[in-house]
Amino acid sequence: MKYLLSAVIVLGLLAGAVWAQESDQPSTAAADTAVSADTVSVAPPAPVGNLRAYDSDNDHGHAVTLEWELSPDDGGGDNSVLMYEVFRWYPYFWDTVQEVRAELVTARQRRVQGTLDVEGDPDDYVKELVSRHTELLSTLPEAHEQYPDDGEFRLVRAVPAGTEKFEDRGPKDRLAEDFLPDYCDFYYRVDAVTIDESVRTPSQIVGPVQSYGQWFNTGRIVVLCFVLVFGLLTILFVQRARSGAELYVRPIAGIEAVDDAIGRATEMGRPILYVLGLGTAADVATIASFTILSRVAKQVAEYQTQLIVPTYDPIVMSVAQEVVKSAYLDAGRPDDYSQDIVYFVTQSQFAYVAAVNGVMLRERPATNVYMGMFHAESLLLAETGAIAGSIQISGTDQMAQLPFFIVACDYTLIGEELYAASAYLGREPVLLGSLKAQDVAKAAVVLFALIGVIVTTAGSSVFQNLFKVTD
Amino acid sequence: MKRQLPLALVFLFGVFMIFQYFVPHEKSEYVYEFLLDWIYIIGIFALALGIWSLFRVSVERIKLRKEGATYSYVALIGLYLMIAFGFTAATGDGGALSTSYYIWLLLGVVCLALVMRARAETASGRKKLLALGTLVFLVGFVLMSIFDDSWAYHFYTAEGLSNPMFRIFFDYVMMPILATMFALLAFFIASAAYRAFRARNLLATLLLLAALLVMCRFNPYLPGIDFIAKASNWLMNVPNLAAQRAIVMGVGLGMVATALKVILGIERGYMGK
Amino acid sequence: MQFFERLMMMDRRWVFLFLAAVCFFTYYVEYDVPIYVEPETERIYTFIDSLPEGDIILLAIDYDPNSMAELHPMTYTIVEHAWRKNLRLIITALSQNGPGMADQAIRDISDSLAMPATYNGVEYPAREIVNGEDYVFLGYKPYYALVILGMGQDFRLPFPNDYYGTPLDSLPMMRRVVNYDHVACVISLSSGTISDGWISYGQGRFGFPLFFGLTGVMTAQYYPFYGSGQLSGLMGGMLGAAQYEFLADNYGLARDAMKVQLPAHVIIILFIIMGNVGYFASRRRERLGGVS
Repeated sequence: MKYLLSAVIVLGLLAGAVWAQESDQPSTAAADTAVSADTVSVAPPAPVGNLRAYDSDNDHGHAVTLEWELSPDDGGGDNSVLMYEVFRWYPYFWDTVQEVRAELVTARQRRVQGTLDVEGDPDDYVKELVSRHTELLSTLPEAHEQYPDDGEFRLVRAVPAGTEKFEDRGPKDRLAEDFLPDYCDFYYRVDAVTIDESVRTPSQIVGPVQSYGQWFNTGRIVVLCFVLVFGLLTILFVQRARSGAELYVRPIAGIEAVDDAIGRATEMGRPILYVLGLGTAADVATIASFTILSRVAKQVAEYQTQLIVPTYDPIVMSVAQEVVKSAYLDAGRPDDYSQDIVYFVTQSQFAYVAAVNGVMLRERPATNVYMGMFHAESLLLAETGAIAGSIQISGTDQMAQLPFFIVACDYTLIGEELYAASAYLGREPVLLGSLKAQDVAKAAVVLFALIGVIVTTAGSSVFQNLFKVTD
Repeated sequence: MKRQLPLALVFLFGVFMIFQYFVPHEKSEYVYEFLLDWIYIIGIFALALGIWSLFRVSVERIKLRKEGATYSYVALIGLYLMIAFGFTAATGDGGALSTSYYIWLLLGVVCLALVMRARAETASGRKKLLALGTLVFLVGFVLMSIFDDSWAYHFYTAEGLSNPMFRIFFDYVMMPILATMFALLAFFIASAAYRAFRARNLLATLLLLAALLVMCRFNPYLPGIDFIAKASNWLMNVPNLAAQRAIVMGVGLGMVATALKVILGIERGYMGK
Repeated sequence: MQFFERLMMMDRRWVFLFLAAVCFFTYYVEYDVPIYVEPETERIYTFIDSLPEGDIILLAIDYDPNSMAELHPMTYTIVEHAWRKNLRLIITALSQNGPGMADQAIRDISDSLAMPATYNGVEYPAREIVNGEDYVFLGYKPYYALVILGMGQDFRLPFPNDYYGTPLDSLPMMRRVVNYDHVACVISLSSGTISDGWISYGQGRFGFPLFFGLTGVMTAQYYPFYGSGQLSGLMGGMLGAAQYEFLADNYGLARDAMKVQLPAHVIIILFIIMGNVGYFASRRRERLGGVS
């Protein structure tokens, strides 16, 4: 009854919240796609102003950014500007480079198809083209230095009216048609164009500007600071733990239940099923799962219970085999280890879960342990395990699957509890120390969030901008 | 050395990957892409290991006549058929497969089944008979591969993927089975909800009420549907959002910590002991 | 009281059986399910409905055949709505098994536009949908993050040709259409991690209006992005698709499926209530210490 009363109170709060709630929706600006073209003027528009060109920052090169002030006739004045056309100066030598490039690309394709018809060895022919192309590319900077002779302005891109910024970016692949070479002098011009394309006004020419790659992405400096601080914290707490400081970790029911579950399986004479999830060996959840598997396998070896580990990924299978084998060695039972304990099933999601369900219903394991990365199959596994009458312990960092595990399993490790399991199981000072560093970092995040809320509510975005990270 | 070398490699490559994130220069990108390519190469070799593992386990189950050995037959025959379809295609125009192609397939299946049966057989006489039968079918299989011109192997081109049987098995067997497995979720959600949504304590009661509220928004016939819809909307946009953000932050920090531990060699669970 | 205990411990196969029976029978019963439209879905409809003729929408069909049941109705209703309004579509399929399914859907929908229709009191004449003029289907390319980033520079970077092998530059619709600056919005229908890519690499970097259509299970996870404004609208599962169909006055797959989903939900709710009744009754019996 007392729970019912609590539930009624909560319902009342909910009703109050709904009643008080206004339907405020976050506002987002709709894209402005309208192009103003209601005034057709034959008079040439005013040019763009203050055209600037500079190397794009924080990239691998091959990009130049242009900025300008809108033409007075864009959205105002005669309102005749329909678009801007960006022109770049190309040396005529560029056409020669492009011809060789096209020939090389075609030759390579035909070489692969076996239809390259040349005198002599086709491979030698392709190699010769490659070296000629490389040589031509190396002389491009000299060709660009000939400006304004031996070249002309050509259209790069048209951008709609209202645009004040444009990035002339090319791929770093030297065989791409729109490759933009680094360390070459570029000259740009931006034309304001009306609805009649012949009626246009060019801007002043800017240049020379060169593109080049940066060695440090300054937009990610916040991330670097965080990584360094967090790394230092980890080392600090690990040192503290090594020097004997007592570090408290709250009990995690799911991990404590693993020992009991293994004991249950031994008493019942039924196997234990361990599922590593659908992640790869590079996923952090799978790495955390390996640690738990090691612990489970060691105990299973000691109790001489059967262990079944069907895997989704072949690399995970290889690593898991090593983990289990070492665990058996540690337990002093190397002869009990068999390579068939850990086996590969398939890399198809639902085919994998069908196979594991089949194992559950046939082998009737006493305990199912699901630790790792799971997707839609999580409930299929957990419910089938419940049908088979197994105790189920799960842990995943996939938020969408947590509700299913919580509902269908006896114990669930939520999110980072899975990562903490390795520290919790081993109780090694080194691992506990890193767990503490995590807790301190979390406390810092909460503090920053509170400060951010206060400062942003007060109308300032200074604090928010401190944490801006650009790509 | 056996332990130091993997740790050193993990440290070196881990530090490089961290370093690469902050260095946009194309030289660093080239090394990064080169390393990514290696992941695919390692993955392909690992896949071969995986298929061998599956094959061995299935064969072992058949040999020991374990419960569910029939499914191992199905797995092996399915594996064989899809490999055969993927690496073969009809010659000539139209791509239609000839009767001899199907006979060749059947010979392969029978051969495989007889081998499995022979391995499982304990009586010496029957074992020899089964082995002889396998040999006969195997010879027929090989001779047909060599002399039948109506189809051909395609190990280097993708023609096998347009093999009509490959498409039929993929579109009309695999896809419906996958969709069926996904559809099972609906029934399992019902049984899980029935089993788990009991008001055992305060938290369980809250969970129950929240679930009922969100499910009720699907039912426009209920009285007070406006309130229910607004309440469930509030639930999704406020408490759910808050909890999701909290878990995401915790998971993010946990990921960073675990990755750092692996790179620094503190976390060695993946290596075994 | 044994009845209540039996109720609490009822074999789950009864649940499966009831659910299957209800789904089977309601599929054949004709009735219309009233739909309550959520603001998140309405924002998507309103945005598309208010676009001027000729505007372009980028539709990313990023799901597998596994999730067809929930997301295909979204594809059908959005594409038909857009084409009836004479909007144009650039369609991609960044999921590996998606292109064939997406291609088939496009053909089906274009066939359905060969007949006139009336939606929300507005008569729409029959029209022919022409590839290259009314839509461009780009197909699939691996590494969705790179594709999303590349399309921000130029659609031709990851997709020099469309799905059928035609160079993009030769398609009338793609003239002067370069990147996200020239599309009104991006709608991603997804059942996996590709949605995260659209938020991080797409909307975060290029700032276009982004709308999601997701499976029911995933929807709760993306409310934070809707709350922060990174997503301009959100459609969740079959209900979201049915809401859109209701707004578009287009009775389609989702509203048909709601006939089944609604009773299914009612059955689940009834079973939950039954289970709780059994639970409380058995607890009461234990407290009283009685034996029936």
